Amino acid sequence: MQIKLWINNKEFNDDIAPDMLLLDLIRSKGFLSVKRGCETSNCGLCTVMLDNKTVLSCSTLAVRANEKHVTTIEGLEKEALEFGGFLADEGAEQCGFCSPGFIMNVLAMKNELKNPSEEEIKKYLEGNLCRCTGYMGQLRAIKKYLSRVKEGSYENS
Amino acid sequence: MFTIDKYVVAESLDQAYELNQNRRNVIIGGMLWLKMGRKKIGTAIDLSNLNLNKIEEDDDSFKIGAMCSLRDVENHLGLNSYFNNMLSKSVEHIVGVQMRNLATVGGSIYSRFGFSDILTALLSLDSYVELHKGGIVPLCKFIDMPYDNDILVRIIINKDGRSSCYKSHRMSSSDFPVLACAVSNKGNEWYVSVGARPGKAVIKQFTLSEKPSNEEIDKVVLDINQTMTFGTNMRGNAKYRRLLADVLIKRNIEEIIGGNDAD
Amino acid sequence: MKIVNKGVRKKDALALVTGKPVYTDDIAPNCLTVKLLRSPHAHAIIEEINTDKAKKVPGIECVLTYEDVPKTRFTTAGQTYPEFSPYDRAILDKHIRCVGDPVAIVAGWDEKSVDKAIGLLKVKYNVLEPILDFRKAKDNKIIVHPEEDFKALVDVGTDKDRNICASEVFEFGNVEEELKKCSQIIDETYHTKANHQTAMETFRTYTYMDTYGRLNILSSTQVPFHVRRILANALDIPKSKLRVIKPRIGGGFGSKQSSVSEMFPAVVTWITGKPAKIVFSRKESLTNGSPRHESEIRIRLGADDEGIIKAIHMDTLWNAGAYGDHGPTTVGLAGHKAMTIYNSAAAYKFNYDVLYTNTMGGGAYRGYGATQGFFALESAINELAARLNMDPTELRMKNMLTQSQVGNKLPTYYNEELKSCTLDKCLLRAKEMIGWDEKYPCRDMGNDKVRSVGVAVCMQGSGISNVDVGAVEIRLNDDGFYTLMIGATDMGTGCDTILSQIAAECLECELDNIAVNGVDTDTSPYDTGSYASSTTYITGMAVVKACETLKNKILDEGARLLGLNSDDVEFNGKEVFSLKENKSISLKDIGNNSLVGFNNYLTASASNYSPTSPPPFMAGIVEVELDKLTGKVDIIDYAAVVDCGTPINPNLARVQTEGGIVQGIGMTLFEDILYDENGRMMNDSFMQYKIPSRIDAGNIRVEFESSYEPTGPFGAKSIGEVVINTPAPAIANAIYNATELNFRELPITAEKIALKMLERNNI
Repeated sequence: MQIKLWINNKEFNDDIAPDMLLLDLIRSKGFLSVKRGCETSNCGLCTVMLDNKTVLSCSTLAVRANEKHVTTIEGLEKEALEFGGFLADEGAEQCGFCSPGFIMNVLAMKNELKNPSEEEIKKYLEGNLCRCTGYMGQLRAIKKYLSRVKEGSYENS
Repeated sequence: MFTIDKYVVAESLDQAYELNQNRRNVIIGGMLWLKMGRKKIGTAIDLSNLNLNKIEEDDDSFKIGAMCSLRDVENHLGLNSYFNNMLSKSVEHIVGVQMRNLATVGGSIYSRFGFSDILTALLSLDSYVELHKGGIVPLCKFIDMPYDNDILVRIIINKDGRSSCYKSHRMSSSDFPVLACAVSNKGNEWYVSVGARPGKAVIKQFTLSEKPSNEEIDKVVLDINQTMTFGTNMRGNAKYRRLLADVLIKRNIEEIIGGNDAD
Repeated sequence: MKIVNKGVRKKDALALVTGKPVYTDDIAPNCLTVKLLRSPHAHAIIEEINTDKAKKVPGIECVLTYEDVPKTRFTTAGQTYPEFSPYDRAILDKHIRCVGDPVAIVAGWDEKSVDKAIGLLKVKYNVLEPILDFRKAKDNKIIVHPEEDFKALVDVGTDKDRNICASEVFEFGNVEEELKKCSQIIDETYHTKANHQTAMETFRTYTYMDTYGRLNILSSTQVPFHVRRILANALDIPKSKLRVIKPRIGGGFGSKQSSVSEMFPAVVTWITGKPAKIVFSRKESLTNGSPRHESEIRIRLGADDEGIIKAIHMDTLWNAGAYGDHGPTTVGLAGHKAMTIYNSAAAYKFNYDVLYTNTMGGGAYRGYGATQGFFALESAINELAARLNMDPTELRMKNMLTQSQVGNKLPTYYNEELKSCTLDKCLLRAKEMIGWDEKYPCRDMGNDKVRSVGVAVCMQGSGISNVDVGAVEIRLNDDGFYTLMIGATDMGTGCDTILSQIAAECLECELDNIAVNGVDTDTSPYDTGSYASSTTYITGMAVVKACETLKNKILDEGARLLGLNSDDVEFNGKEVFSLKENKSISLKDIGNNSLVGFNNYLTASASNYSPTSPPPFMAGIVEVELDKLTGKVDIIDYAAVVDCGTPINPNLARVQTEGGIVQGIGMTLFEDILYDENGRMMNDSFMQYKIPSRIDAGNIRVEFESSYEPTGPFGAKSIGEVVINTPAPAIANAIYNATELNFRELPITAEKIALKMLERNNI
């Protein structure tokens, strides 16, 4: 069926199968940051923003993105580098396979929560699994990043 | 692999209802469960454009549209303040924010899964489902109704002044509950629902005196516990679930009596 | 040191955090999709496969059964030749030995057609009774590997007709005599379950034929050079026909030290000549991956009344599963690593049987058998402390390896000499960090909650002594930048960066002046691969050696260009100069000159092995909160102090430690591969096989008490594996300190705790 959507503000018109998943559509358009880590909606690797809310693109029908805006990390390179620098400074990107989905949710959290506590951060990101880091380095990076955000170091995205 | 032949964004509930009478057709909510199945779906029916993604509050009740996400419920100020964060506590460990942005209340309640946290929580309140043809049905009746081709439109929760509290036990934080338990109270009347037994949640009613002693609570909870059945699966055996039910019911009662300040 | 011992960013960091397409599936172009029909039975013989309908599905390129593929036997274990793991596998076999064993390989141009074709395959099985309990495997009438062409290259005690994959008895001193003299004996049996590495990137491989008629394999692997040999064996073709490339990989933890996915697209491409790709689903990775071996270890630990350990006996049973990958080798670490940490006993015995069953074949998971051994032995040590009414940290200080034992021989560790150790400092510091003296054993918090602490110590090795080889080549290029060619495989751990740090330190240059790349078996120097905690220690030393050689060449060439003797010049990283003659030539000019005319292009290569495998050490102390009614255990705090020698990159070493601890926490509290009565894995998804989330992980604090390992690069030892060994025994100890109940089987679930407490209270 015919759909129109924007991926990272670029318009795509496509004729797709009704059971195509958003993840597969996004990857087929060359946005390869989006990864699949499971088939059961549990890992968070495929996280993208759909009209400013994070969703699991592996569990979203592509047709549901019709007339909507999808954002992946390729569309947020500046923000990804701002936060990613802190992650890199901790060595906490490690294998990097979960990083794009994780960073998307960190950026969503930054927009949604004001001055989150450590507990709130952990809760917000609970659905982003990582097997390399043990999460501590990610937490250190987030705290440093959020305090810089609070200082107004970055323009609003 | 599940497949879908055709996708229709319904323009009216009547149209959705008509389509849903064909056995191969399916209403899709968040699509999380359907995706993992092997169902060959004829027409997938999407209710997204029927204005069912709102939570409405008036003097007497909350009305939660079937297409509201679990995250909508979790973040709703009115629900959280009236029910003392009980509903948000019931859903907050369901996998993650991205998942709860997708999972719909309608899908969760319609499916009536044994492990459902939100079904367990809503069951302890004065809750109803609004069905397109079947009209308004108490949730405690709905959970035992057969799966049919009607459409769940809304959840209605009456504001009857109950205090409520929710607790679950999980093997790991974002796992399904090993046991889910909600308790609510109005005057001397108490309601307890226990889910993930692992079967479907059950609701029980009991009374306690105004200032119940520990002994009284122990006895009442023991009696209630004996009226429930528990089973065994990968996450726990029946004996452990019975033990958990005892502990979680009591802790919920104590928290309500103590003024809900814990946690 | 300017760059070594600094927490610099990984060289690939910014590509990874911006989601650049650097992994196998991102690089693979449009090609055949390969999928497998897998057996639903744990033990069966395929009587007939009807492929007619499947082959007719439009878009299907080939359907392969055991009749269509080479019949040679091989092992998929990534190990140095001759492998200790028996050659007990075929690409496809008539004999099905576990649920999920491949029955047919289907390749087609789109996924839907492949799925359809798989659905149309008709297989007739003669279903046989399986052995699922490894305790019953030895001398069972059911034989997992009856095949005649089964081959053990190395004598590891294999007796396939008795289901014995490997068997050995090691004894030092006379354990029975010593135990007779002991006033205190702990005699208990400990059971650990299989669990999965669950790298976030599942197993996946892309294969294609190149211009020269060679089979190219781009794969998510830790062992590219071993994969080359494994595929040469599997396809029965010369190694010269194969090239293996490792791009960025999304985690390994040992899982990709076995060749799990490579053979399937490889055989498709070899037969059809067409490019092909397989991406394992999470389910396949869980049902047919390469998990940690299940173990049962009976410990007999003898001591006197002062707690001085006199004898240790570890009687060990190991579940190989259906195939022997890493079975004969992982088991060795259970005893040889665990017992060695208590080096002063008079007698040791370690005997084991590794047994074939019809469960999923095991593999290499971080810790590689030591993890199981330390759970058993450290738990027994904690039980001894409780018996003696002694603080378990005090018992350890009396018995374990310390700085003062440096120079001692280690009889249970192949008689190697201990050259570096600060384990005593690690333990004392961990106690301080957690506040042991105030918190041991427990504190009642009210609300049915109790907080308690628990302790364990452990070690690992650094590479496999006399076996592992790491070779590197380093080149000086024009403008004076270097290319570091390595065969070690960065799997997210950061070894590309760490080895570059070592090179930059040796050559006194900026890290950015060292270019490094992934592995390509055609162009990278040979390296056994990244496993056995070897890369920093083994390959790192090769970098040091190669850089020394290159530095001398730079001096020679610089001197020659300056018209001086090599003895009269110096090199400071930027130029070769002589103060006496007041002459200098920049590295840039040397590099540029080296590419012109009669000058010398400067390269150096070196390979390194080590006659020893120096152990890194760690002390782990956990504080938990235990719910006395539900049995729920929350990790409150984990103090970890590691002696990995000099941490080349402290940030990466810290993250290794944190990551390993959280994997250990999962293994201890809930991770468990569960089979139904037919041998089917029940929890075969991330929905059912849960790994720790960031809430389960609690708080972890890591510090280093660095010794200096004289045989390692800049004093370094390994870090990758030692970090997973303390959580299980430490948490079990904390649970004991909260409940006075011993749990000797993993995982220690809330249910087990609550029901055992209930049982005790009812007595």
